[in-house]
Amino acid sequence: MSTVEIKDLHKSFGSLEVLKGIDFTVETGQVVCVIGPSGSGKSTLLRCVNLLEQPTSGRVVVEGIELTDPDVDIDAARRRLGMVFQQFNLFPHLTVVRNIMIAQERVLKRKRAEAERIARENLEKVGLLEKADAYPAQLSGGQQQRVAIARALAMNPTLMLFDEPTSALDPELVGDVLGVMRQLAEDGMTMLVVTHEMAFAREVADRVVFMDQGVIVEDGPPQQVIGDPQHERTREFLRRVLHPGD
Amino acid sequence: MNSVSEQEAALPAKGGLSPRKRQQIGRGAQYAVLVVVVVALVAIADWEQIRQNFLNGDVAAKGLPDLFTVALKNTVIYTVCGYLLGFVLGLPLALMRLSQVAPYRWIATGYIEIFRGLPALVIFLMIINLPIAFPGFEVPGEVYGQAALGLGLVSAAYMAETFRAGLQAVPKGQMEAARSLGMPHLRAMVSIIIPQAVRIVIPPLTNQLVLLFKDSSLVLFLGLTAGQVELAKFGNDQASTYASPTPIFVAGVTYLLITIPLGYVARRLEARQGAGR
Ligand SMILES: Nc1ncnc2c1ncn2[C@@H]1O[C@H](COP(=O)(O)OP(=O)(O)O)[C@@H](O)[C@H]1O
Ligand SMILES: [Mg+2]
Repeated sequence: MSTVEIKDLHKSFGSLEVLKGIDFTVETGQVVCVIGPSGSGKSTLLRCVNLLEQPTSGRVVVEGIELTDPDVDIDAARRRLGMVFQQFNLFPHLTVVRNIMIAQERVLKRKRAEAERIARENLEKVGLLEKADAYPAQLSGGQQQRVAIARALAMNPTLMLFDEPTSALDPELVGDVLGVMRQLAEDGMTMLVVTHEMAFAREVADRVVFMDQGVIVEDGPPQQVIGDPQHERTREFLRRVLHPGD
Repeated sequence: MNSVSEQEAALPAKGGLSPRKRQQIGRGAQYAVLVVVVVALVAIADWEQIRQNFLNGDVAAKGLPDLFTVALKNTVIYTVCGYLLGFVLGLPLALMRLSQVAPYRWIATGYIEIFRGLPALVIFLMIINLPIAFPGFEVPGEVYGQAALGLGLVSAAYMAETFRAGLQAVPKGQMEAARSLGMPHLRAMVSIIIPQAVRIVIPPLTNQLVLLFKDSSLVLFLGLTAGQVELAKFGNDQASTYASPTPIFVAGVTYLLITIPLGYVARRLEARQGAGR
């Protein structure tokens, strides 16, 4: 069964059409990486999947539930979709462990003790158990992003969305975050990842989608899309990403 | 004249004065003016009169302990009650101001414009006349209730604007992160956005407390009994009783005892927040 099905998705901001008819699926357990130049609509696509942006037209179906159906309880549906942002977006007024507990308690109605146990389990998973009582401002960017991943995981999502999770990090911190994501992929999590990390996409992704100017130009296994791209736009983009400064 | 001197400034050799020298002369002139004014004031003032009238220790002593146990206490009560009401009304007004529902925005905007635009005194005079509009209606808590209402209605308008700025200062990503975790809008507001906004507005809200503390003197227009007087009226009453302005001076100093440290706290909080960002 596919976890995500997107059919003829369009999104406009005013007169600016950002997504011009997107079709694709993510099969359960797959890791799909979305690559493409800045401004091509990758973030908008991801945000349409969990309806942070309302699509102008088209269908988004997650686990058989059509999110674009106006009658659907979008808050309930979102609980099954974890999202990790480029800017981490941890809650600065809460400690790390409270960051991970608050939605469990307020949304899933878990008891405090249970929420805390699950929070600590997930902190251990991302290697930050010793930071449980720190505030986000006391952590490095890489640590904050790992906490953000733990926060999303604590909700038991069936799909994780990542929007350039390492783009705001100092280069030496990127590896830790990618390591956590790699482990997640090995554990069988279904993941949709917008990234510029070509090595990660090549090694971890089951499929790579190349987007440009609001359309999917190329969609296939990484050996093909990154290793042997069929379209000139893809080749041009990869040249710039893989050999910057040429 | 002006343009001539500017032209001269552009040609330093001609006037023979360097910019540095000019600056020194300018500063010297400012000191000279200051000295002249101070000397004149000292010469004109009748120091013996001032000492006897404004700094009369005997008269000041007669105000104790009521100055603190009655007047200051009442000032604090009026201020705190008005402040709490302002807070309780101001936060929802700010949320209405930012609402998606247009009529809520209109109501909030109208309220804020009116109550920021009116002198607090006019609002107090209207409160006194409230029973004419609503026969039989009385503000609960008598003078304390009326004072809290008047001060609260005014400060709510200012606090609403402060809260709105605070809410808008919370980054958009915070709401998105909360929503992506499945929180409904209201829950995200209560658990994530408002706690951060409140932290942001603590320094300006402290300044508002200082302003309200001073404005609490307006309750004297409500007609106060001896047990209800606050600092300003207390000073004024005692001044007429003892035919001396000393009590007014003492009341002023008592205000400053509160307002200056509070203002200092607000600036410290502001500086700390500025450094923490
Ligand atoms: N909320 C918005 N309002 C208006 N324009 C937007 C908004 N969000 C994104 N855009 C525009 O949509 C285009 C695609 O943006 P985005 O999806 O962020 O691209 P990417 O993530 O691939 O860099 C850009 O031109 C951007 O300016
Ligand atoms: Mg983006």
